Amino acid sequence: MAAKYELKLGAATREAFGKALVELGKENENVVVCDADLSKSTFTHLFGKEFPERFFSCGIAEANMVSIGAGLASSGKIAFVASFSAFVLNKGFEQLRVNVAYSGIPLKVVGTHSGISIGEDGPSQMSVEDLSLACSLAGFTVISPADEPSMFALVKQAAYHPGPVFIRAGRVKVPVIYGPDQKFVIGKGIQLTEGTDITLISTGLMVAECLRAAEMLEAEGLSVRVIDLHTVKPLDRELIGKAAAETGCIVVAEEHLVDSGLGVRVAQVVAETSPCVMEFHGVNDTYAESGLPEEVLVKYKMTGADVAVTARRAYGRKK
Amino acid sequence: MTRTSDLSELQSIARTVRRDIIEMIGTAKSGHPGGSLSAVEILVTLYFDVMKHDPANPTWALRDRFILSKGHAAPVLYSVLAETGYTPKDQLNTLRRIGSIYQGHPDRRFIPALEASTGSLGVGLSLGLGMAEAARLDKSPSRTYVVLGDGEIQEGQIWEAAMYGGFHKVDNIVAILDNNRLQLDGWVKDIMGIEPLAEKWTAFGWHVIEVDGHDIVALQAAFAEAEATKGKPSILIAHTVKGKGVSFMENNPKYHGVAPTKEEVELALKEIG
Repeated sequence: MAAKYELKLGAATREAFGKALVELGKENENVVVCDADLSKSTFTHLFGKEFPERFFSCGIAEANMVSIGAGLASSGKIAFVASFSAFVLNKGFEQLRVNVAYSGIPLKVVGTHSGISIGEDGPSQMSVEDLSLACSLAGFTVISPADEPSMFALVKQAAYHPGPVFIRAGRVKVPVIYGPDQKFVIGKGIQLTEGTDITLISTGLMVAECLRAAEMLEAEGLSVRVIDLHTVKPLDRELIGKAAAETGCIVVAEEHLVDSGLGVRVAQVVAETSPCVMEFHGVNDTYAESGLPEEVLVKYKMTGADVAVTARRAYGRKK
Repeated sequence: MTRTSDLSELQSIARTVRRDIIEMIGTAKSGHPGGSLSAVEILVTLYFDVMKHDPANPTWALRDRFILSKGHAAPVLYSVLAETGYTPKDQLNTLRRIGSIYQGHPDRRFIPALEASTGSLGVGLSLGLGMAEAARLDKSPSRTYVVLGDGEIQEGQIWEAAMYGGFHKVDNIVAILDNNRLQLDGWVKDIMGIEPLAEKWTAFGWHVIEVDGHDIVALQAAFAEAEATKGKPSILIAHTVKGKGVSFMENNPKYHGVAPTKEEVELALKEIG
């Protein structure tokens, strides 16, 4: 039952990232961090303050930062580079491709202020294509945690992951979904509610919205399964295939361009395992606009109520 | 491997490397002879004399790092790696063939001794800075050498890296600019002029050493000067001739990316001696 999740507001995932970095820095002197003049926004300044000799300030030059991070990582450092998703992926993409992905360098790349929930700063800073870009880098693992505890745990795991990793973080405070005992494993999705009529699959801040949608649908008598895919690549094929087989109806919701993010990747797995009715909920081929984050999310239909509309349509097709 | 500071020995190695380059590219029927030939003395001086490295132990933590940022000059690097004993010499003529370790551009998936996979221009100096920063953090004596093309520095990332190196006083890195004055479409000065070079790099906080890039003794002195320079990174502006050593290739933009014919290979080998 979705109602068991209280969804009390917690910290932003970018803040959880910054705190995890400090803990990593304390437990391993091999951890180094690069930032491109956004350290107060990405929260890498916490690490920089604690370990100034291991913090590399690269100025507003993301391409250079990514390559420097790759050089540090190829010399045996556990290297993180961070900026807004829109900058590190778009301006650093060539370097991520050549120096990191193709070269097989285990750099950890963190993009904050992802999605349209950045709000006031508007589309030049909003990344609605970051999952698509990151997933297109061969050999990359792509992680998109939904809340503070999952971000904290997965950043710490990513540090010791043998390959390159992209982690998607957000600007705004998000509801806490997970308790202190929850275990997270890269590549393994988490089923949050049981359900047999329909499955809502999501990642990032839309996971909480899916729980809200589930509560609404449950009130209407539907049995709704909610799945958090904190790892967007590689996908948890077993969990997706099982949900497709058992509920026969899947809705994927994401704060990302709807035709190039999580949804199309999940559809690929569903097609290969247990084809069923699917609908996709996301940003529709556009760049959103400035506004308070909650206003932007409402206008671009990123709320639980909006997901519920899509879910009812999908369930109607199933019947 | 033979390690030597002796001029005649290094010159003899340089001749062998030039022969390798011509034979490899001639056999492959594609590749970049001009920019490989212009960098021969630079790589020979580095690999046989200046750099501390051990082909028997390619992952030695304290080794000096080398990055061929102008990755299309792969044949000169492959020849030097083979002549120093990192890779098999008898496979050089498989250059660019399917399955060969000698890929079109340097690929560390095939040759683990390579510090970097290169080929997309402009990224190597930044990568080298990361390696140099790691060495500084570890208080390692390891130094990093990055060979850049002159056309390559038209890429914006080079100047991001130049700014970083100067500002952060990364004095354990040396850039070597293979200033052969030609790029694919013609003379650098006609495509997108890069002068004044010395003033630009000086302004970015680098110690600039101008050197004849085919004069091994001058290169040895320049690398020593770079190592003795503390508090700032160094760049050798190596004045070179594209296609050096093969008269019909010298200063001829055609041989940026065109392989010599069978007859041209014979002519070239005769000339190199």
